Amino acid sequence: MIFSLAIYAAPYSSQASDTAYRFATALIANKHQLYRVFFYHDGVHNSSALNTPPQDEINLTLKWEQLSKDHDVDLVVCVAAALKRGVLNELEAKRYDKPTHNLHQNFEISGLGQLIDAAVISNKLITFGN
Amino acid sequence: MTPINQTITQKKILFISRHAPYGTSLAKEALDAVLAASAYDQNLSLLFMDDGVFQLLSTQDPKDLDQKNFAAMLSALTFYEVKNIFVHLESLLARQITTNELAIDGVKIVDSATISNLLIQQDQLLSF
Amino acid sequence: MSILHTVNKSPFSHTILLSCLQLCGKDDAILLLEDGVLCAIKGSPSIQELSTTIGKGVKVYALAGDVKARGLQDKLHPDIYITDYDGFVKLSIEHQCIQSWY
Repeated sequence: MIFSLAIYAAPYSSQASDTAYRFATALIANKHQLYRVFFYHDGVHNSSALNTPPQDEINLTLKWEQLSKDHDVDLVVCVAAALKRGVLNELEAKRYDKPTHNLHQNFEISGLGQLIDAAVISNKLITFGN
Repeated sequence: MTPINQTITQKKILFISRHAPYGTSLAKEALDAVLAASAYDQNLSLLFMDDGVFQLLSTQDPKDLDQKNFAAMLSALTFYEVKNIFVHLESLLARQITTNELAIDGVKIVDSATISNLLIQQDQLLSF
Repeated sequence: MSILHTVNKSPFSHTILLSCLQLCGKDDAILLLEDGVLCAIKGSPSIQELSTTIGKGVKVYALAGDVKARGLQDKLHPDIYITDYDGFVKLSIEHQCIQSWY
């Protein structure tokens, strides 16, 4: 089965993105395919390379990156939701004349169409919100 | 992004918008997602329930908050590819909102049993 | 055709479980997770409504890790099943769509 996940909650503020990550690893362990994780609303905060949790706490940004590398999962961050919350890639930082960019590697910025595409392509789309 | 090689047929997608406007951005971001979806040739429906029904009040005026008026944005929906807009009857009743207070025409006001039946006809639910 | 509902908020401070129960068909299932597992304890605010729904044939699950983390193992209503993430994946496949109540 093909799954996609939609994450609407920031890491560390609520449990939702941690739950989503555990669900993602379980579905892959059960031989299903994870096509895309779409980060929207406060979920965009999962993709900031500047997230620096204490060493003894889970680093969800790195966990998502590893999952993406190991299992060829798209990590897509909604451009409109990301920009207004201060998550930018190099291109957007240049465009808006910002001093730096912080989108973590293996995440990509794209439009809301990617959420709809995930709904169309996948057998199952599951939302994790707070 | 590598699209998966399979036949893509039209899917029935229901957006469920359950949060009040202005206090959080969920209602606005739900609406943005619906508008984005209208560009993809899919079978789209939208359901307002719980505090989401407050998005429909014609008396709202968020000028003092420097925000865009939901009622105005929602009236634009009828121009898009959203075939069916449903409003949960029991949510309206619990909030003492009457039909003539709603900002947009052509919405279908439906009870819980009808919505239960609607949910099982969908391919995907987008929960907001 | 049926729906898997997930509920992640406490019934002591939110009414989403009741919203979920309004739409829950007899072939549907409910998975309580995160603070939603508080819906599963004996004496929780909507436990009567939840029992009535279970009586209709709806299966209600609570996510094991979330129950254990909160120390609720011995406080659960007897008609609620415990499941894990593999069970969550299985439930999502057994039902046509997933509605997340949050």
